[in-house]
Amino acid sequence: MPKPASLRLLVNDRPVNVASGTTVASAILLAGIPTRRSVTGQPRGPLCGMGICFECQATINGTMHQRTCQVFCTEGMEVRTP
Amino acid sequence: MTERFDILVVGAGPAGIAAAVTAVASRKKVGLVDDNPVAGGQIWRAGAAQPVAALAWFERLAASSVARLQGWRVFDSPSQGVLRAEGNDGCRDLVYNQLVMATGARERFLPFPGWTLPNVMGAGGLDAMVRGGLPIAGKRVVVAGTGPLLLAVAAHLAKKGAKIVAICEQAPLHRFVPFCASLLGEPAKTKQGIEYALSTFGSKIHTGCWPVAANGDEMLQSVTLRRREKQWEVPCDYLACGFHLVPNLELPALMKCRIDNGFVAVDDLRQTSIAGIFCAGEPTGIGGVEMALLEGEIAGLAAAGKVVEAKRMARRRKRGLGFVRALSTVTELDPRLKQLATDKTLVCRCEDVSYGRLREHACWREAKLHTRCGMGPCQGRVCGPATEFLFGWKMDSTWSTIRPPLYPVLVSSLGDPDKLEFKSDSLALAGAQDQKEIQ
Repeated sequence: MPKPASLRLLVNDRPVNVASGTTVASAILLAGIPTRRSVTGQPRGPLCGMGICFECQATINGTMHQRTCQVFCTEGMEVRTP
Repeated sequence: MTERFDILVVGAGPAGIAAAVTAVASRKKVGLVDDNPVAGGQIWRAGAAQPVAALAWFERLAASSVARLQGWRVFDSPSQGVLRAEGNDGCRDLVYNQLVMATGARERFLPFPGWTLPNVMGAGGLDAMVRGGLPIAGKRVVVAGTGPLLLAVAAHLAKKGAKIVAICEQAPLHRFVPFCASLLGEPAKTKQGIEYALSTFGSKIHTGCWPVAANGDEMLQSVTLRRREKQWEVPCDYLACGFHLVPNLELPALMKCRIDNGFVAVDDLRQTSIAGIFCAGEPTGIGGVEMALLEGEIAGLAAAGKVVEAKRMARRRKRGLGFVRALSTVTELDPRLKQLATDKTLVCRCEDVSYGRLREHACWREAKLHTRCGMGPCQGRVCGPATEFLFGWKMDSTWSTIRPPLYPVLVSSLGDPDKLEFKSDSLALAGAQDQKEIQ
């Protein structure tokens, strides 16, 4: 099987290399950081993986509140978590 | 922008794909709208080897003239015969004569101390992350909850190199006897069961067992498990925990379709209480992929006016009902799971509402008004089914009073963007969190 193409994105200004077809939520998990802080400040990560729980919301290329489990990484994408 | 269809199908999982492909064969103009970036739903999610049946349906879909709207989320029905969807580049009105809803199911999550820690996910949730590129080789995973999904997930993760340190099924062992017997009538399921058993061979499978706590400071470090009187701690990197499935009823409820005992009521041809609106797959009863495909075909035929063919197929469907009944029996929740949450355990993860604050209320509506439970971005999709189990709160009133938008959307999607005061793309109407940002 051919090796999937690799691409690079920035998660909180830190470069993360992923295979193409990787979701932004998985890239954030790879970076080892929470996707968001809850209303009382708790760290959170993805829960449902299918766009219903909203735990994986982060800012992608300047647009806030993106469900990162439903977005694929692209080259040079900028992801920001609180 | 407006698009017109004879038949519009919502949801591109097995049921939706089957409905669309079947309907389009009758020379109807068919649209298939789905919120994920690629078709397949949850069970046929990309990123893993697909079963032969899935490949065949994907091929039929690709070869068909079905108009695909992938990455579009239906959030409103502004007038009869119209659904409104939001995508990456704006908003579209989808006009239809007949509607097939194949909105699928989500996992049921139950709160226990530590369940909000990062790396505690749904069973399907972790599987989705791995299919979405998360490397899992060498990671220690505890799989817990209930239902056949647990074994499927454990088998897939094991294949990807994960170390499955424990599989915990809440149901007691004796309940699996009738369940396994129901599989024997279906060769495809029997084969799959044997495959799962082989690939999880060597993993510890505990029945009548569940997690009582997830431990760690900022991230999961271990899980405390309990079986009968025995309690023990297992270090792990991920906890994949889901308590079977609950149907996605938001759209059927918005369309005012009758909901009976937590599922969309349909006739033999999958028509709901509203003429011209059909429903197929998990929202009408959790039955698995083969059942969803059959129901999708029936709905597609019926929506296209092929009543004789639809009736013939409906008779075939009846043969699979033994498995559906066995599935609901085996996944029945142990009442002791109600005692996992302590007063401090959060139940609503969006608004951080604890069990202690909720248990003084009599019903879901009262709890919402006093605590904001279920009023965050997920709109009760996670905590609703949990409170239904924990407190016996009925969701009927929720379904009858549901209002658009079904999902948080951009302000510009809610009306004529030129007439709105807010035009920033970053503004979303959701819960308190967003309102704070707007202020």
